[in-house]
Amino acid sequence: MADMTGTALAPQLYLQAQARWRAIEVAFWLATLLPFVLLPNYLVLASQIAITALFALSLDLILGYAGIVSLGHAAFFGLGAYTAGIISKFGWGEPLSGLLVASILAGTVGYASSFIIARFRHLALIMITLGLGLLLHEAANSAHWLTGGADGLQGVKIWRLLGRFNFDLWGYTAYAYSLIVLFLVFLVARRLIHSPFGLALRGIRENSVRMPAIGAPSRSHIRTVYTIAAVIAGVAGALLAQTTETVSLEVLSFGRSADVVVILILGGAGRLYGGLIGAIIYMVARDQFSGINPQFWYFWIGSLLVAVVIFLPNGILGGLAALAARWRSRS
Amino acid sequence: MAEPLLAMRDVRAGYGDAVVLDDLSLEIPEQGSLAVLGRNGVGKTTLLLTIMGYTNVQRGAIRWRGEAITNIQPHRRARLGIGWVAQEREIFPSLSVEENLTVASRPGTWALPRVYDLFPRIAERRQAMGNQLSGGEQQMLAIARALMTNPALLLLDEPLEGLAPIIVEELTRAIHRMRAEEGTAVILVEQHAQVALSLTDQALVLERGKIVHRAGSQELLNDAATLDRLIGLRISASA
Repeated sequence: MADMTGTALAPQLYLQAQARWRAIEVAFWLATLLPFVLLPNYLVLASQIAITALFALSLDLILGYAGIVSLGHAAFFGLGAYTAGIISKFGWGEPLSGLLVASILAGTVGYASSFIIARFRHLALIMITLGLGLLLHEAANSAHWLTGGADGLQGVKIWRLLGRFNFDLWGYTAYAYSLIVLFLVFLVARRLIHSPFGLALRGIRENSVRMPAIGAPSRSHIRTVYTIAAVIAGVAGALLAQTTETVSLEVLSFGRSADVVVILILGGAGRLYGGLIGAIIYMVARDQFSGINPQFWYFWIGSLLVAVVIFLPNGILGGLAALAARWRSRS
Repeated sequence: MAEPLLAMRDVRAGYGDAVVLDDLSLEIPEQGSLAVLGRNGVGKTTLLLTIMGYTNVQRGAIRWRGEAITNIQPHRRARLGIGWVAQEREIFPSLSVEENLTVASRPGTWALPRVYDLFPRIAERRQAMGNQLSGGEQQMLAIARALMTNPALLLLDEPLEGLAPIIVEELTRAIHRMRAEEGTAVILVEQHAQVALSLTDQALVLERGKIVHRAGSQELLNDAATLDRLIGLRISASA
């Protein structure tokens, strides 16, 4: 017995051990600073990648960890974008408070819709999230007086960040701002995932009916994580509105909801970094493919997705993890 | 007189409008044990699901240490101290053994070192994923996971079904030990009637959702004619 008890950790200690930072993670985050030095002409793209990564991270919390399939996640992204854009249009362009208000509104709508989301699974859930997304898209389209409808929101003007840093054309401030927000939100998400709540979410993903029998209220947990994901998606949307000073109906589109699912599948769902890696690959691929072939670049994105799903069913990170495990077992 | 740990009174329960259990009353004291026997489809699993809160109770009452729990949700029953090991085991396949246990952990005497001590076989496989375990290991993990919730009452639904004799022996020893060391009350649904009766103090036999026979487990074990009549079990002379 002694030898077994000696190495068995208490639950909290076990989770803390799982949450320890690894060298590769530190290297990843240090590498995100490289564009400032090596790719100064691509900072605008880098900022878009950081925002998309944040959006994908929010989807990962619900899809990768809790098993909630959503085809309407752009609803919260768009809500955040329009909120930040509209309050700036009406005279308040301070970015941080804009971010806060956008996240609160997206979170409130997320919380309200979570009561419906928590009742359904699988196909029904896909239909409901899709419906909610389309509903919001059309609402924004018809509220032309507020959103600008199909013409997009005009007159968004964002003030200097912290009263000091102007959002320059080269994207220095935009990338630094997006990266810092992404990192801070990532820290929160990481903490959440390595907590008993995060572990319970994974249990819910595996078997949401079984979890209550071990004391975890599945529906309440789903409502909580859905609200958190909505807040994060709202932050991502607000970041996009603030760094580009434009908001179009596209932020609420089905295409954006589908793209983020593709990104997560590419990178690997349920791995925290999957959305981040997926966003980098997807956005860079899109940038390059559209440069090579402006009309048919989606063809190549589709081919990439099919190849990943066939050869790396758990995404790029899942494939790398499997390779690493095989290498460890050989050595 | 002390309140029983669990009491069911005149319970009628089922799924939707369909009635599976009817007029069912039973009590189990603190640290008590009950074997639930019967042929297939008589409502044994439904009885456990009803205690756990997964069925529609149309009539009657369920009390836990004197408090009504008839209408409370499954997760609150689990937190009160009812543990459940489902017939299908329902291990989380892409969680490791350690994570399967940790996710269920609640404060109490059952923690990782103790469950690993009770089931050394799963301690050896703590890093393995749930879907990499054999049937016997999965069953051990299912029981260990239920113990991690530190239950006062453990519901075991056919824990020995389809397992090799050596695993059955190992699990039987673990259930004995768990009861002896912690006094965890047990309701055991089992097709292996002889094993179930040897593990429990009391027994009841269900037929078409109703209790048709109650007896002490030892008494029933010695009553070959009743066992044969009620559940078609013929006990050999050597048994």
